[in-house]
This record gives sequence, structure tokens and C-alpha cells, in this order.
Amino acid sequence: MSGDGLVASGLTHGFADVAVLDGVDLRVARGAVLAILGPSGAGKTTLLNILGGLLVPEAGHVDRPFVRPTFVFQDPLLLPWRTARGNVAFGLAGKRLSHAERHARARTMLVKVGLGQSEAGRYPHQLSGGMKKRVALARALAVEPDLLLLDEAFSALDVGLSREMQQLVRLDAQERGVTVVLVTHDLSEAVRLADEAVVLSGRPGQIVARLFIDRPARLRDDAFVEAEIRRIAALEVIRDAFRPTLSG
Amino acid sequence: MPRIPWRRLAAGERRWAVLGIAIIVALWEAGHRAYGDFVLPSPLATLAALGRLAADGALGPAILTTARDACSGFLAATLAGSLLGGIAGRSRPVRAMLQPLATMLIGVPAIAWVVLSLLWFGGSGLAATFSVAVAAGPVVFSAATQGTRTVDGGLRTMARAFRVPAGAMIVDVYLPHVLSYLLPALGTALAMSWKVAVMAELLSGTGGIGDGLATARAEVDTAKTMAWVVVVVALLLVVERFVIEPVRRYFETWRRGLPGEAA
Repeated sequence: MSGDGLVASGLTHGFADVAVLDGVDLRVARGAVLAILGPSGAGKTTLLNILGGLLVPEAGHVDRPFVRPTFVFQDPLLLPWRTARGNVAFGLAGKRLSHAERHARARTMLVKVGLGQSEAGRYPHQLSGGMKKRVALARALAVEPDLLLLDEAFSALDVGLSREMQQLVRLDAQERGVTVVLVTHDLSEAVRLADEAVVLSGRPGQIVARLFIDRPARLRDDAFVEAEIRRIAALEVIRDAFRPTLSG
Repeated sequence: MPRIPWRRLAAGERRWAVLGIAIIVALWEAGHRAYGDFVLPSPLATLAALGRLAADGALGPAILTTARDACSGFLAATLAGSLLGGIAGRSRPVRAMLQPLATMLIGVPAIAWVVLSLLWFGGSGLAATFSVAVAAGPVVFSAATQGTRTVDGGLRTMARAFRVPAGAMIVDVYLPHVLSYLLPALGTALAMSWKVAVMAELLSGTGGIGDGLATARAEVDTAKTMAWVVVVVALLLVVERFVIEPVRRYFETWRRGLPGEAA
């Protein structure tokens, strides 16, 4: 089975003697979308970084048969000395493209995330938080990844914009068969995009629930999403997992 | 009574700069009137002495020699300082090894380097270059170390995630950040280079502005001495205005409009 899709087994990790992840097993089929849900501090970002190869776990193994994994980080992490266009082009620095081609691609991708000519020439400190997030998304999509790792990629955007960006990722992923892993604490985001969601809980983080959303993503209308959220939120394990954050 | 437009008068920055210089010249003139020609020749007498130096044909070669000494030393300091500083910023052992050395070198008075290099290199032009390099190098080194050490870890991780090649990593991630530390240090180092070069020339007698100063001193010619001082100061101002400032402005365009930065 290995060789096709992302497979992680027995992932265990900690920082400074604090266990963050404990024996996490995952499998994401090629072209599928997995959401990692959980309260803050459950180790979602750590898990994502391990899956993407930025972090080596203390124990466990990740089988990652992808050529171009790409991240959208929780912070936009844009180069402050490059314009929006320059930042997107920077993501393409590893590709055999001319300077002009890189910038042309960057411009196209920025338009796709709704940033026009005038925003493309601005520096990060001249952009709003939501614009920066979209530049980071454009930077990731511009490299045409086969594995896309999203860490709260839509969280700083207002509702309408976040839906639009989710749509963009979904279409792009479907079109090119991208495997997507997204970290979120927003249940509706998971229900809209994911084929499967795992719920991390506690410290150290363990998978306490696996949810499957069978209806194809493009057929999920608002009514379906709402009903699905209600169904999931009613589950005992979910309530338990999110309780620490709910009670503060 | 017509009201004086104070606000408008105060707006021109250049006007204030001129006022500052005018005050210095006025104080100079006052000092001259109080203490006489021998202690402090008047600004006019100094200008006249400067004119004589230029007419003698002493001025041009002296400026060239000093510029050569200062720039060669500065170049060596910049190359060695930023290279070693860059490595030290990335490697903890190298930093631990070189940092105390740099502190030690900074602690040695520049004039001591001049004396030592005269003993080592004798009257050759190398003495000035070496003194300048060894005096300015540690300043550059410290700034480069600090700059490289403080590059945002998040940006480094991002670059790694995008599998950016080493060249782009250095040019796009490291360099712009390091420059914000390095450029001010280079400005200081360049000013320092001129001063140390003049000092070295004064003791070595191998030509240059320092040599001219030594001659003026031997002739007990205060006006000539002042004239040479004016030359050094003017050179510093020219370099600052036409080299350092434009370079700084070029590399820091992106800062425009940042909080705390002038537009």
C-alpha cells in the first residue's frame, strides 16, 4: 500500500520533555483531503510539520511519496523586503524558470487569490492581515504542489473571502489531484473541504476520532454543511476533545 | 505687525543644516579674535592656506594617497569582516571562538596598530592599509555576526519548506536582514578608515594627508594644519553624502512607510 499516498505510523514527538504527540497513525490517499481538528495546543501544527518533513519525529515513520510538498503556514511568513509579487516568485526560486516567467506566474496566481496589480507591487507591511494570508496561499499554489499542507490557512480571512479561498484550493486540488492536509479548529472548514477528518486531543496529542465525509466536496451545500456540523458536534468524543477550550 | 511664518521657516531641513555650520564658523571666528593667529587662524586664513596647498599641487596627490590607503583597508575589512561574521553568525563554535578575538581587537587603540604596523611593514604603503583593516574589521565582523544570528527562524523554515536553493537563501533571506545591521556599521567603519589612514600616514611619512599634517606641524604652520583638517572633514562629508547615503537608501526602499520610518 505504501508508495501511494501519505502514510504516517506511530508518530511520537515532544519539545523540552513535554510530550506533544503520542503514537499518531495516519493515511491519506493520493488526491484526498485530510483535516486535522483539535483544540489549540493539541499538537496539530507539530503533526503537520512532521508530515511535511520540516520536523523529524522522535519516533515513528512518515512515508511521503511526493515530489513537491508545499506549506501555507499559520503566520504568512512573507519576506518583508520583497513585494507581494516578489514573495510569490520566491517560492518558485527552486524551479528552472527565468526571472520574467517567475514573476508572470506570480502575477497570475495573485490575481487568482484576488490581489490585483496594485497590491502585487506592495510590501507586506503595506498589506492587511488577510491580504498577507492570500499572498502566502498564492505562493504555495504557484509551485503547483502535489502535497499541500495548510496550517490555519483561512483563519485570518473574513467569512466570504475564506469561503472563496477554500473553493480555490478545492478546485485546484481536484484539477491536479493534489493531496491536501489541512489543520484547522474550524469545523465548517473541515466539513466543506475534507474527505476525512481526524480529531487530536489532549496533551500528548492522540487521535480520538476519525470522521468520514462521504459526499463529494463539490456537492456539499450550506444545508449539508450545517447538518454535518451538527451531527459531528453532537458526538461525545468531539465534545470531550474540545471541552478544555470551551471551558477556557 | 506682520507675523513671522515660523512654521514655514522651520520646515526646510537644509536651512537648519546651514545654520548649524554658520554657528560653527562664527564660533571659530570668535576664537580666532580671542586667541590670535597662531592658536587659531581665521576661517579665511585657513581657506587661503588651502588655496596655496591646491596651487602647490600638494593637495591632489595627498587626497589620492589617503583615499587609496583608506579604501584598500576598508575593502579588506569589509570582505574579511562580513565573511567571517556571516560564518560566525551561523555557527556557534566559530562565534564562540571569534567573538572574544573581535572584542580584543576593538579594545586595541588604533594608534597602537599604527605603531605596530610601522614596525612590521616599515615605510611601505602597506602599513596604513593594514592599520585601517585591522581597526575597522572587527566593527564589520560584529555587525555581520549579529545580523546573521538574528535572521528570522520562521523565514528560514519557510525557505526550507519551499526547497529554495542556497543562492536564493543567501540573497533573499539572509542578505536583506544582515544589511540592516551591516550598512550602519560600514558607515562607521568607512569614517574610521579615513581617520586611521591619516594617523598612519602622519607617523609613517609616506605621503597622503597625514604626511601633509606632519609637515605643517614641523613648520609650525597652524593655518596649513587647519587646512588639512578641513580637507579630511570635507572628504568624509562627500563620502557620506554621495556613497553611504545612496547605498543605504537603495537597499532600504522596502522600509518606506514602516512604523517608525520616515516616508
